[in-house]
Amino acid sequence: MGKIEWAMWANEQALASGLILLTGGIVGVAGQFRGWQFAAYAIAAGAFVCLLEYPRSKRTKGTSVERTGQYCFTVCVKSFGPLTRNYYVRAFLHAALSVPAGFLLATVLGCVCLGIASLIYLAAAIRGEHWEPILPKKEMVRKPDDSMKNPPQNPPPRPPPETRRKRVDDLEGAAYDNPIPVGE
Amino acid sequence: MGNWIINHGLTSFILVVWMGINIFLFVWFYLFYDLGDSYYYTRHLLGSALAWARAPAAVLNFNCMLILLPVCRNLLSLLRGSFVCCGRTMRKQLDKNLSFHKLVAYMIALMTAVHMIAHLLNVEWYNNSRRGGYDKLSTALSNLEDTDNTTYLNPIRKTDVDAQQTPTYFVFTTIAGLTGVIITLALILIITSSMEVIRRSYFEVFWYTHHLFVIFFAGLVFHGAGFIVRKQLTTDPPHNYTLCKDRSEEWGRIPECPIPKFGGGPAQTWWWVIGPMVLYLCERLLRFIRYMQTVQYRKIVMHPSKVLELQLVRDGFKMEVGQYVFLNCPAISQLEWHPFTMTSAPEEDFFSVHIRSAGDWTDRLIDIMQHLPEGAQGPKMGVDGPFGTASEDVFDYEVSMLVGAGIGVTPFASILKSIWYKFKTSNPNLHTRKIYFYWLCRETHAFEWFADLLQVLEREMEERGMGDFLTYKLYLTGWDQSHATHAWVHFDDDTDVVTGLKQKTHYGRPVWDKEFEQVCKENPASTVGTFLCGPAVLGKVLEKKCANFSDVDPRKTRFYFNKENF
Repeated sequence: MGKIEWAMWANEQALASGLILLTGGIVGVAGQFRGWQFAAYAIAAGAFVCLLEYPRSKRTKGTSVERTGQYCFTVCVKSFGPLTRNYYVRAFLHAALSVPAGFLLATVLGCVCLGIASLIYLAAAIRGEHWEPILPKKEMVRKPDDSMKNPPQNPPPRPPPETRRKRVDDLEGAAYDNPIPVGE
Repeated sequence: MGNWIINHGLTSFILVVWMGINIFLFVWFYLFYDLGDSYYYTRHLLGSALAWARAPAAVLNFNCMLILLPVCRNLLSLLRGSFVCCGRTMRKQLDKNLSFHKLVAYMIALMTAVHMIAHLLNVEWYNNSRRGGYDKLSTALSNLEDTDNTTYLNPIRKTDVDAQQTPTYFVFTTIAGLTGVIITLALILIITSSMEVIRRSYFEVFWYTHHLFVIFFAGLVFHGAGFIVRKQLTTDPPHNYTLCKDRSEEWGRIPECPIPKFGGGPAQTWWWVIGPMVLYLCERLLRFIRYMQTVQYRKIVMHPSKVLELQLVRDGFKMEVGQYVFLNCPAISQLEWHPFTMTSAPEEDFFSVHIRSAGDWTDRLIDIMQHLPEGAQGPKMGVDGPFGTASEDVFDYEVSMLVGAGIGVTPFASILKSIWYKFKTSNPNLHTRKIYFYWLCRETHAFEWFADLLQVLEREMEERGMGDFLTYKLYLTGWDQSHATHAWVHFDDDTDVVTGLKQKTHYGRPVWDKEFEQVCKENPASTVGTFLCGPAVLGKVLEKKCANFSDVDPRKTRFYFNKENF
């Protein structure tokens, strides 16, 4: 399993956890559960995790596949610099975010899933991975080769006009010898 | 339209039947729990959340039964063999097994979500009832104890736990609750590691995590235990709820309203899943037995661009064109099985695969083979298969247009070889008189072995004076200036600079209109079968061209596009 980038799986797991937290939170608030405040927290935490995890990182090896419409999220996440780049921070953040959700049944699943995502991010961080934004490649402007910039100044060498004029009376003699042989 | 029915009709029918069964189960069990008399009191405590939890449970039972079946590939091969009478369209459905597996998985995920949300509501409302948060009847029902002569309805019995934590406590101290959490967690991990991104790039994570299904099924079987879903049982004298629901304080003291009795049903899921679990166990056992069978190496060839050809022999191995096998090499990894299309023809006494460097496993294999001494046997190899619906349709047409794009050219190695063998032995099954082969690739890197094959065929055909049996065209779609210059300089050469073949390489994509016109002109009154192994986009293009160039007039050419799934 040498070439695994754990962060890719951690990202999927964290995104799923965010959605589960969000769902659990909505159920808790809509059902007016005992301790619905924890559910309200889970809605906020779940939404935050989803926004943070939506933009996929660029892979170190291979083609990175973007999620639909992730560019604006990439820009937002990128703006936090080392906080979002470093996976140790993410691992710790997810672990911390998941704790309050453990106090209500509706959100406990989200708590455990986010905890697992946090562990996978920890593994990724230990292996030295970090988050890279996927940015659109700048179009390389093809510069024309130098030779195109300097078109020839002079016309090609030609024999003097007298020899160039077609001599209809002597067609054989009219054909002129090329200084350099052409063809075999 | 007719083409769509032939290509997609049976699949759509199967999907409609499956969805129909799902909907039926959902509605039936929803109404059973929502209207049933014996659940009246339960519904009083839970509302419609009872039915909303039980209906997806039924759908889940059905789908958990189905999900193991499409991945029993040896069982499917058995079915395929016994369906020989039932036509290829039926057998081709078996090739879509993984798509069906995924569809059933989505349904399981969806129903799990609904089931879980409904149960969250159930537990919360049971808790509130238990603490007297609702009306008199609810409190009375919840107060029914679990003793010798009374039975309980509300499964939450302890009240000394903190009110907010009671649901969590209840879930984690009952079999149903605990197994539910564990298997849902297993399901979530399975799903996140099965996402396309993870599956395509980090197959091992996907494969090993997927084995959590063992925990999933083990938990699932016990999930229904504990008699938590309870219904009213008949008492003597009977307790009529319409009469007695408003007189809960008199229960047991008046003759027409004895204390109601409740009971739960036993776990039933195992009825649904035991069969497929046994079948899957047999499947894994069979794969193990197959793996223990000796596989001899007939030849090991290292082709340019790190392509490894293995010619293997196994007792009793019978293949058809276009099939694939799974290979396992314990020296590299005990648990990984990787699929490879076979490149040999059935007429040969061995089977071969061409393996490109495409990841950890293949790299290690190529490395091991490169360090083998001359003439030695390779490492122990397990072979499972062959699998896949054979592509015998190719032999039925007088004229065949075969289009292979990129790695899709691999099954055509098998097909072309087989056609040539059949032609040499005048096999009556072969109706083909002319083949047009179009090979599209970005670069010939890693396909030099295929060019060699074409060279050999070319030579043999020339020797027999059958030079025009096979017309092949190679299209290099990833050409650049250096290619063009190289070709221009070698314009007058007899053989092509890229492949060494007599027929010249074309640059860029084929102009299909021209190709189809050429085929029409050269084969005026024939039926032409078009086969593609490549991207779906190209399939659509070819399908359209076939329709455009086909003529109903039997004196003109007719094209049939075969949607193959190699």
